[in-house]
This record gives sequence, structure tokens and C-alpha cells, in this order.
Amino acid sequence: MAWVNAIIQGILTGGLYALFACGLSLMFGVMKVVNLAHGDLAIFGGYIALGVIAVTHVPVLWSFLIVVPIMAALGYVMQRTMIQASLDRSVLTTLLVTFGLSVVIENGLLQFVNADSHSLGIGNSIITKSFSIGSQIQIAYLLVLIFAVAVAVLLGLQYFLSSSRYGRMIRAVADDREAAQLSGVDYRHVFGIAAAIAFGTVALAGIAYGMYSQFAPTTGTDTILLFAFAAVVIGGLGSLWGTLLGGVVLGVAQQLGAQINISYEVLAGYLVLLAVLVFRPQGLTARKAES
Amino acid sequence: MNAPRPGNGTPLLEVRDLVVHHGQLRALDRVSLRVFPGEVYAIIGANGAGKSTLLRTIAGLHQPTEGAILYDGKDMTKVRPERRATAGIVMVPEGRRLFGSLTVEENLQVGATYARKGAWTIERVYELFGWMSERRTQRTAQLSGGEQQSVAIGRALVANPRVLLLDELSLGLAPVVVQRIYAMLPQILATGLTVLLVEQDVSQALRVASHLQCLLEGHTTLEGRPSDVTPAQVEAAYFGLGPEAPEQDEEGSEP
Repeated sequence: MAWVNAIIQGILTGGLYALFACGLSLMFGVMKVVNLAHGDLAIFGGYIALGVIAVTHVPVLWSFLIVVPIMAALGYVMQRTMIQASLDRSVLTTLLVTFGLSVVIENGLLQFVNADSHSLGIGNSIITKSFSIGSQIQIAYLLVLIFAVAVAVLLGLQYFLSSSRYGRMIRAVADDREAAQLSGVDYRHVFGIAAAIAFGTVALAGIAYGMYSQFAPTTGTDTILLFAFAAVVIGGLGSLWGTLLGGVVLGVAQQLGAQINISYEVLAGYLVLLAVLVFRPQGLTARKAES
Repeated sequence: MNAPRPGNGTPLLEVRDLVVHHGQLRALDRVSLRVFPGEVYAIIGANGAGKSTLLRTIAGLHQPTEGAILYDGKDMTKVRPERRATAGIVMVPEGRRLFGSLTVEENLQVGATYARKGAWTIERVYELFGWMSERRTQRTAQLSGGEQQSVAIGRALVANPRVLLLDELSLGLAPVVVQRIYAMLPQILATGLTVLLVEQDVSQALRVASHLQCLLEGHTTLEGRPSDVTPAQVEAAYFGLGPEAPEQDEEGSEP
């Protein structure tokens, strides 16, 4: 039963990882930007939530209604200015710029907040409780909620990309930005929208993480970014549902590793990542090697 | 050069002394042209003559080092490609350049997103190319070259251009398919469009064009109405053999 429990916990944690990873995957898929500041942006979102809650006293659970729009707007502005300027130079420049951004966010938080750990306490609401199946399996409502949010975000994104006017333009620009320009599409604006969505999802992920665990200014690079990368690579680049699969595989591997020995938790996840890179470098869901 | 063609008024598109560099290479050297409303203006020339560069510069994808591009009397030289498209200069790029992961219909929808008002709609494109509506839900990556070219033309038409730029429609297509595509041209022109096309296939260009300009190594070597030029003149201008050729410099320009 302990193993079944580990698998269930792993799947649910995978939802959180997928939430982290989908923005990363979207920015790479559309703009070919590998955003090394992704993890720090998630944590930044968490700190914004702390601030918003302190100022407005909104319930933690509803803080995303304010934080997500703030981060989305920030995403649009940063894409149109800094990231676009680096894209106009070269792909390598975007790596350097997002790495620099990561350093700036992390040290900015250390400077202006502090190095202490914080969390987004959710008080006594139902989601802090858990329910049991049998004697060995305990499932936290919070993890179920986060998993449900991840699935809802992916479904929403899928629907937006496949059925809306802007979703269509995002896919067109990802295919061929010059041809999109010839159809009158301003690809910079479309990039901005994609970045806004990516930043919005990463804000959600940051809030979810803050409710699930403690975070500090360095959590972004030492945990979130790496897990998000692992989930994206395992699942397959640019595929939304691959991101969920990648997150779930990573989560299950970690929990199974922890079941053997608690110190194997993180290692087990990276062993799976390594195995995917060796045997199926295109990721689990990628159909074709091309594009 | 550039004497106004009778009965045509002011040019819709004018290029003045355009110089374009690709790095060190001077791809276009003081090329000028004037396209009047309703014309089919063909630019011919061998590989590397600068034809596609000229068209891409007019569409805004290259910045000229010198010269100007005027559209409807307005200077478009510094205007971004997407603004030129919405203003009515729309290009069908070389190699089709469809959105491969999108369906046929989605490709047309993207083309129509920022369309000007006009005669062309997605439905009208489906009427023009009879096979297309049945396959509207297919991804364009699954279509044949000729079908893809038709979708690329449709995607440009739904934007309702005033000037349609066609870059090497015949490239990589069987002669029969090329003829079938060019056979559509009269129907397209009937909606009041002006066409500026680049074509390596000289006989095809001569058949459809109302005005002709030949480029060689970035220079204009011949210009006139197809009825006014002799095949010998075209040949000389194309290969740079005649008295008009600037210099006898053959290497690399032969296809």
C-alpha cells in the first residue's frame, strides 16, 4: 500500500510540476526563448501574493485574481522590451539575458525582502485537511486542488490555442514569423501575448507552491526551474499534455525514490530524466523528430 | 526608361533607385520601377539576379541602403512588413511558407485576420480553388506542392491586397501545375488587383505580363511591354550578352 500511496502522491505532485513547466514550454515553443528566470518568476509571483495579501487582506486562495494579471502584464512588457531586444540579436543573447534576469530577481528579493522562508498560509480552510483511503493513503485536498488547477490551465490553454483568433496567431507565428508578418500579423505583439500567458501561469504555479511548501528567494533556481525543465524534457518540448505527463512521471519517480530511501527523492527524478535523454531524447509524447 | 504607359494615370507602386546589400554583396543596384493599377508587371532574370530581393524589399523584409518605395504616393520605405500588408501590399513568398501545423482553413483565417475590406473572402477562395473546401480541415503539410501554392495564394488574397506580389510561383512545381495556377490569374485580376510577379520561367512570364523588366546582377537590363521586345532582346538581357549588358561577367550567374 505504501507504494500505491507513493504513486498517488507522485501523480498529484506532478500537477504542480506541470503548472511550473507549461509556461516554460510555451515560451520555448512560440519564441524559442529558454527562460532561465522562469523559476525566479514563480517565486516572485509568490512574493507578490504575500504583498497583495498583506495590503488588501484578500483570502490566499483568491489572491491569484490580482497576482496573475499583474504578472501577465509584466510578461507582456518584458517580452516587448528586454526579451524582444535580446531575440533581435541572437538566441544565445536570450539565454544570457534571462540568466541575468534570474540573478537580478533572486538578489533583489534577498536585498529587499530577506532570506527567510515564507509560505502562503491558508489558515483553517478545508484544503489544509486531507482524506484517507484505508490506513496508509492520505491525500491532501490542497494537492488535489493544485492538480485540478493544472489540468484546468492546460485544458484552457489547449482550447485557447486551438480555437481562438489569438491562439491561431500564436501557432502561426511559432510556425513562421516572417510569413505571419506578410499576413499583417505583428509577431512582436503576439510574442507579448504568449509571454503574458506564460507569466500568468507561472504566477499561479508560484502561488500554488507557496501554499504547498515554504519558499525563499533561492527556491526559484534551486528547485522550481530544474523541476520545470525536467518535466518539459521528459514530456517533450512544446507539447502541453506532454508537460503534464512529464510532471507526473517526474513526481512519481521522486516519490518512488523517496519510498526506497528519503534521500533518493530528487535523485530518482533526475535518473528518469537522464533515461529519457538517452533513450527518447525527443520526449515521451513527441511524435516526430522534425520540428 | 519608365515612360508612363498610356491610359494608366499615376503609379500605384513606385520603386526609386533601390540599393540593397546582403552583407558586402550589392544585391540590387539602383533599380527603379513603376507599377500602374491593373497591370501584371513581371520581373524576370536568372538565379541571383536580385528578383526575389527586390520583391522582399518591397514587402518590407529587407531594408534598402538607398532608394525609396512609394505606394499610392506614400513613402513606405521605413514601414514594417505587417503594416505594408495591412495597407494593401501582400506577398506570396517564395517556397509558399505556409503555417505547416495549421489547417488549410486556419491558414486562410490568419490571412484574413487583418484584412482590408474587399471582394475576397475565404468562401470566395474556396470557389476559386474547387478542391479546397473539402480539405479545409487538413494540415497544409499534407498537401502537394501545387495545392500548397494555391493555399498560399488564397492566404494572400483574403487580405484583399491592392498590389499582389508573387515570388516564383513556379518554383519546384510541375509545368502542368504551374500552368493551372497561372490560369487562375485572370479571375484574380478581375477583382481589380494589380500584380507584380517575379518569375524564372521566362515564357510563363511573357504569357501573362502586361509589362516586363529584366534584372541581371542587380541591374535593370531591359524594360518594356512583351509585345515591344523581341526574343533576342530578352535573351540578351537575361544572360547579359547584348550591347546593354554592363560587363561580360558570367561566373556564378548561370542557373
